[in-house]
Amino acid sequence: MDEIFGIPAPLLFGQLLLGLINGAFYALLSLGLAVIFGMLNVINFTHGAQFMLGAFVAWAMLNFLGLGYWWALLLAPIVVGLFGVLLERTMISQLYKLDHLYGLLLTFGVGLIVEGLVRNEFGSSGLPYRIPTELTGAWDLGFMFMPVYRGWVVIVALVACIATWLVIEKTKIGSYLRAATENPALVQAFGINVPRMMTLTYGAGVALAAFAGVLAAPIYSVNPQMGSNLIIIVFAVVVIGGMGSILGSVVTGFGLGIIEGLTKVFYPEASATVIFVVMAIVLLLRPAGLFGRA
Amino acid sequence: MAAPGGFSGTDFKTEETVFLGFTRTQLVAFLVMVAFIVVSPFFLYPVFLMKVLCFALFACAFNLLIGYVGLLSFGHAAYFGMGGYLAGHAAKVWGFTPEIAVLIGGAVGALLGLLIGWLAIRRQGIYFAMITLAFAQMVYFFCVQAPFTGGEDGIQSIPRGNLFGMIPLSADITMYWLTAAVFLIGFLFIHRVIHSPFGMVMKSIRENEPRATSLGYRTDDYKLMAFVLSAALSGVAGGLKSIVFGIATLTDVFWTMSGEVVLMSLVGGLGTIFGPVVGAAVIITMQNYLAEFGAWVTVIQGIIFVLCVLAFRRGIVGEIGNWLRVRL
Repeated sequence: MDEIFGIPAPLLFGQLLLGLINGAFYALLSLGLAVIFGMLNVINFTHGAQFMLGAFVAWAMLNFLGLGYWWALLLAPIVVGLFGVLLERTMISQLYKLDHLYGLLLTFGVGLIVEGLVRNEFGSSGLPYRIPTELTGAWDLGFMFMPVYRGWVVIVALVACIATWLVIEKTKIGSYLRAATENPALVQAFGINVPRMMTLTYGAGVALAAFAGVLAAPIYSVNPQMGSNLIIIVFAVVVIGGMGSILGSVVTGFGLGIIEGLTKVFYPEASATVIFVVMAIVLLLRPAGLFGRA
Repeated sequence: MAAPGGFSGTDFKTEETVFLGFTRTQLVAFLVMVAFIVVSPFFLYPVFLMKVLCFALFACAFNLLIGYVGLLSFGHAAYFGMGGYLAGHAAKVWGFTPEIAVLIGGAVGALLGLLIGWLAIRRQGIYFAMITLAFAQMVYFFCVQAPFTGGEDGIQSIPRGNLFGMIPLSADITMYWLTAAVFLIGFLFIHRVIHSPFGMVMKSIRENEPRATSLGYRTDDYKLMAFVLSAALSGVAGGLKSIVFGIATLTDVFWTMSGEVVLMSLVGGLGTIFGPVVGAAVIITMQNYLAEFGAWVTVIQGIIFVLCVLAFRRGIVGEIGNWLRVRL
């Protein structure tokens, strides 16, 4: 049990765990993108900036208001989600009748503004955010030590993904959402306020990104670029999985995280590019994406 | 996806073409541009003008794809940056003359464009944008690791060398005339492509791809060809920039560069021939004056993006054309 395929077991499991953690963030972010895209037909380029804002709001709450991690986990998504609602109402909603690419350009611009403003205020170097005392330490799993916080991130991300799936598939509001994704005009004719649903959907997707940002704050250093570096990889994840199904986003997110982790063990030089290589292969064999509808 | 929502410039009643496929107004605009290029080095700093011309060529190449085929590539930094790296490497390490180095930059752009375009045209719309962005990021990671790019330092002190092995380019004004010539050749080439039968098919794909397919055109081949042309010209622009400034760095392959070229075309006017040139001039001038404000440049670029998308979708040249009721 000391070596697997000639690789020391602790190294292998350590990288697998890191892969799972990255996968958790890929899953949460691609899920938010898919929900927003399904309803609004807009690919949200601000998603990375909103993820980063979640982490910064958590940091600001701790340092300016003395509100700790648990409050941040609850309040930061609400704060950033409200920013999303404002953004949708004032700007994105004006573009629904135009080519979808304008939505992409608009959200890209908003992302630049947010990232630039945060960089002006806090600089480019990372700010530390400590792991809450309840989640420090490590579990001894027999074959490796598992830091409690990392295990917590994986579990919470999974719970959040399942909860989103339950809301969309099993609740009444979820059924409205699915119906409006298929045929907004008909749903509106039944007396359901579709524009408001679109606003709320965008807000919820953004809140999910901010939630992921708070989870990430103690792991990665809180810095203005943390979102844009991640979001491009998440775009590749979305292309690989296709935005057709929620389950697909989650499976693809975690799966690619693990592939990335394994690449770090077996061929570290390729670890930064492996997801893009997978994307190229998927485009060749199944252009619509693994779970996508053509 | 037609008229108000599309990315095309507004089409007015077709005017007669008088010279080189230009309509009368376009010819006037073209002559004004040439006159400006000839006169400006006598009252503006040539190095600044060369930067504008390099980016103008880059933006024109990008606009060929978005404005005339309707494909939004969000990864054009890859071709620009790699063209720059290879041209720099060719001039510095292999000792090629500048014109060969720039051509190598173009060839690298074309090859990379062929590979990425071949994969990316399998998807449309926003997926196409995401795929090109993701592959460009892959190229960026490659450049961070590859030994010949010099990592964070980039390739420095690239020699300008002698044009055709004879004419030394070390004087800024000599280099300027070469840059201007390359830009004009590239500009006229793009103009020629747009007005060729091939260009007509490109535009028909932009307007209605299923229809073009039903008329018997293999639209994927046309899209790939346009993509390769655009990438090759971006590589030329990148190579030229390396020779002019003697440096090729990671900034030129990073996604922010892809965003900047989108912004230039958007500000100037998507789907207009002169728009990208005006857009490049505006954005480079702005960066020059705001350089001391650091991260505010990013904020201001973001604000311009938002304003253009919300209120100014035709861009500067598009608005002028609309006002004069002509195509520019």
